[in-house]
Amino acid sequence: MSEITREQVQHLAGLARIALTEAEIDTMTAELGHIVDSVAKVREVATDDVPATSHPIPLENVFRPDVVGETLTAEQALSGAPDHDGSRFRVSAILGEEQ
Amino acid sequence: MAKADLMDYEKALEQFEVVLGFEVHVELATKTKMFSDAPNFFGGEPNTNVTPVDLGLPGSLPVVNEQAVRYSISLGLALGCSIAESSRFARKNYFYPDNPKNYQVSQFDEPIAFEGEVEVELPDGTVFAIPIERAHMEEDAGKLTHVGGSTGRIQGAEYSLVDYNRAGIPLVEIVTKPIIGAGAKGPELGAAYVSTIRDIVRALGVSEARMERGNLRCDANVSLRPHGQEKLGTRTETKNVNSFRSVERAVRHEIQRQAAILAAGGTITQETRHWHEDTGRTSAGRPKSDADDYRYFPEPDLLPVVPPRELVEELRLALPEAPVAQRRRLKSEWGFADLEFQDVVNSGLLTELVETVAAGASPQAARKWWTGEIARLANAQGVEASSLVSPLQVSELIALVESGELTDRLARQVLEGVVAGEGSPSEVVEARGLKVVSDDGALIAAIDEALASQPDVLAKIRDGKVQAAGAVIGAVMKAMKGQADAARVRELVLERAQA
Amino acid sequence: MTDTSSLVHLSAAELSTRLAAGDVSSVDVTRAHLDRIESVDGDVHAFLHVSSAALDTAADVDRRRAAGEALGPLAGVPIAIKDVLCTIDMPSTSGSKILEGWVPPYDATVVAKLRAADLVPLGKTNMDEFAMGSSTEFSAYGPTHNPWSLDRIPGGSGGGSAAAVAAFEAPLALGSDTGGSIRQPGAVTGTVGVKPTYGSVSRYGAIALASSLDQVGPVSRTVLDSAMLHDVITGHDPRDSTSLRDAWPSFTAAARTGLAGGALEGVRIGVVRELNGDGFQAGVKARFAEALELMSAAGAEIVEISAPSFEHAISAYYLILPAEASSNLAKFDSVRFGLRVVPEGGGTVEDVMAATREAGFGPEVKRRIILGTYALSAGYYDAYYGSAQKVRTLVQRDFAAAFDQVDVLVSPSAPTTAFRLGEKIDDPLAMYLNDITTIPANLAGIPGITVPMGLAEEDGLPTGLQFMAPARGDARLYTYGAALEQLLEQGWGHTLISRAPDLSATEQTAATEGVI
Ligand SMILES: [Mg+2]
Ligand SMILES: [Zn+2]
Repeated sequence: MSEITREQVQHLAGLARIALTEAEIDTMTAELGHIVDSVAKVREVATDDVPATSHPIPLENVFRPDVVGETLTAEQALSGAPDHDGSRFRVSAILGEEQ
Repeated sequence: MAKADLMDYEKALEQFEVVLGFEVHVELATKTKMFSDAPNFFGGEPNTNVTPVDLGLPGSLPVVNEQAVRYSISLGLALGCSIAESSRFARKNYFYPDNPKNYQVSQFDEPIAFEGEVEVELPDGTVFAIPIERAHMEEDAGKLTHVGGSTGRIQGAEYSLVDYNRAGIPLVEIVTKPIIGAGAKGPELGAAYVSTIRDIVRALGVSEARMERGNLRCDANVSLRPHGQEKLGTRTETKNVNSFRSVERAVRHEIQRQAAILAAGGTITQETRHWHEDTGRTSAGRPKSDADDYRYFPEPDLLPVVPPRELVEELRLALPEAPVAQRRRLKSEWGFADLEFQDVVNSGLLTELVETVAAGASPQAARKWWTGEIARLANAQGVEASSLVSPLQVSELIALVESGELTDRLARQVLEGVVAGEGSPSEVVEARGLKVVSDDGALIAAIDEALASQPDVLAKIRDGKVQAAGAVIGAVMKAMKGQADAARVRELVLERAQA
Repeated sequence: MTDTSSLVHLSAAELSTRLAAGDVSSVDVTRAHLDRIESVDGDVHAFLHVSSAALDTAADVDRRRAAGEALGPLAGVPIAIKDVLCTIDMPSTSGSKILEGWVPPYDATVVAKLRAADLVPLGKTNMDEFAMGSSTEFSAYGPTHNPWSLDRIPGGSGGGSAAAVAAFEAPLALGSDTGGSIRQPGAVTGTVGVKPTYGSVSRYGAIALASSLDQVGPVSRTVLDSAMLHDVITGHDPRDSTSLRDAWPSFTAAARTGLAGGALEGVRIGVVRELNGDGFQAGVKARFAEALELMSAAGAEIVEISAPSFEHAISAYYLILPAEASSNLAKFDSVRFGLRVVPEGGGTVEDVMAATREAGFGPEVKRRIILGTYALSAGYYDAYYGSAQKVRTLVQRDFAAAFDQVDVLVSPSAPTTAFRLGEKIDDPLAMYLNDITTIPANLAGIPGITVPMGLAEEDGLPTGLQFMAPARGDARLYTYGAALEQLLEQGWGHTLISRAPDLSATEQTAATEGVI
């Protein structure tokens, strides 16, 4: 019935950077399948002539003047960091390439 | 890959048609960031030019910088683009430690500007029209520093440090359509295109556009296909090529590399590649894959940008002349020879010349200094000439030479002082005491002394053997430590010899 | 000083009057609430953090009042703050392990407004992790218990805020409502909660769940109290692009109009057929019917309204919310703040991020992130996210058509009374149905209020009635809500909340007997 496969869940978990366990992938595959089946109805009512709404209250051209405001201190910026060198955030080695 | 795996350039072009594409990121020179009111300033103490928005702290929200929108519209217009009736921001989702929210606020299906064309002049004077697909607004990422390992590169590093001062700096990304038909001139066209973009954004005043500082960054896409084939070949994207010359070299290298693979029956991998200035080669980066599913969707924290038509027209009227048109005009106004003018254009110094002339210098003098001494110093330091001195300083230097206060030789020393950061030309003259000795009294004293000590020379001069004066002039210039106008010394020597 | 414990039973409006008159001090009021928290919160678990600065803040307000400073109406009144809001002096975890102990370097705009109006923050309230849930069972810090019956859920995600006011631990609280997280807990705890018009209250500093749906709003025991709090938190915020620039009327005045009598005369009230169907508990339907009769008797015209697209609202919601949430929650990556988990034997930053998110997020959060990632991914976007955005248009059209005919719409605030803790925790789809009545308002950005409408016959637990007004029509909610509240209380001869069990120390054991 469901269009969700285990491999798909694995792939989605990769995109979302969550190291799901094997057991979680199994449960998630089943649950996601049910959820997707139940929400799939939206495809039937969403006909071509209906425009999409992304904001509940339509506004446009909301801008900020180009005027400098207050910044955080480095201490504040780093205050919640799991690891830093006193001025920069520290992370483990990066695999792969700059985007 | 061995060197032999590059095909001879001419041979590659015989066998394949080259298709190019460029993505140029321009950092806008606004006062504040794209979506926060932190100063638009990268550098200084790490993580000090940040607000909760730039760090992507939970609960923080973006607000669009109006000036960045205006600059983007101006830039779009200067690229001959249509300005969107309605434009939207979208989130580009990908995880990377320099990307504070793990999504970049960019534009996707509704960019601010689209469908344009930029005329680019090649070194030989041919004009080529580059089709522009779009120009869109987005935010810059933070700066990673890789620590440990041998090279400071990402590979082999033990850990990395992140500074988010650059995160959120406003960018416009200019994307070309596939560029077909440049043939053997593809590499030069790449360099000329990027230099034209630089001229445009600088003339608009929307960016400092210094490639060496990363204000202007170019990704070059290259693909090959057999002549006559309809379908485009697989492309590679060489990232962050940081000078005009590197763009040219990188494109040429990719053409030769891909041609060798294809000719040997191989296939090109769609991937990003890295340019290595030292070896003049590219190396494989990240292959394009499923992981590139960016899951774009309209940024729910921001509203559509609907550029008022009056604003668009106002900005259109304020546009500076297009580079190619400006070149035609300047060449005739300045009266340069074809080669002289091309030399200026090719060295990417036209804007500097325009500004130097505007500051009062003669076009020929401006040309001489920029393409001569300044270019030489820049070359020696491996930086762009424009980063060494300002047009205003050059014009002041020229004025000092023309008023006779400096000789060419002294002016070169003054220039070195200016480049070394010792101040304006007149300040350097003052500080180093480099003024021409124009006081005839001091010169006459030195000349009389020289003549007296070389009676044989004096006799020769009196005999009408004027070329003998050289020895005396040399001695006087030496005594004056070079700070004398040689022509004046000569005049005075002849005068005093007859006295 | 006399026994101050009764102070906790006063409404914010009553406290305001007594504080202004100098009958009580803010320190007394604050201490009474801290004492109450001390005595009952072990059972209720409404709070994740109790402020150590509350008494100092109260003393400062008292000092300034004594010095003759002009203070706002709620100055000195204590308030509980949902943990979704950033507070510079208290941890802000959004109910998640991934933010355990995180103290933000800034205040949410609404929190700054509370402080500027001299309210006294008591602490941070429990919630479903990142506001994902309808029962507060998905909090990483353990569930909150419904003060009406400790083995029952207090609703969610703002179960902590609702339970705090229902248990008299605070007269006021702030909540956030993405699909019903203020109104549904209000309904099942017999309290009042308001989801304002989208954009009328700043979202800056509210840890985002779904940006286009989230809205911060008041939680209280009376309609007037919510109105007074709404007056404090509303208004344009230049830091939130979606913030409206409207000048808002006094919601306090709107509520007083409702309390003055006769406010329902000639009001056209639409009953949404699709929000009162088969799946609704009998006792809920019965109380709802009575409330309609009461309003009709008070001069209101009751009209049945059909909103056919509401049938699909929940599906659209469970695509839009996860999609936006999957992106909003990407920032929890162990780099700049929060938890970091390094996998055994180390690993690259990618491994660390994935291990951190695996350990730091609970099951519901993971479920929704994966679902949202799916809805946005290449090849599925148009079918799912795109279609859901279209359903959103249809829902808005249905509301527009309805408000052409009526002044206000009504429905039960929740389909059932509070269910037992654990009852639906393993059945996501059943859990999602709790918000069936509240979701349409979020999709359309319109305001809604829940007002207690009596206890269900079969279980003696509270039920709520929801009013929904057109966008920007928040004032109507207060007028009609206060009018209904008054009619009901006149009929009962007491407030509903006064029937809630006493949770004081002696009866605590009795109340918890039989639980688990
Ligand atoms: Mg690119
Ligand atoms: Zn870009």
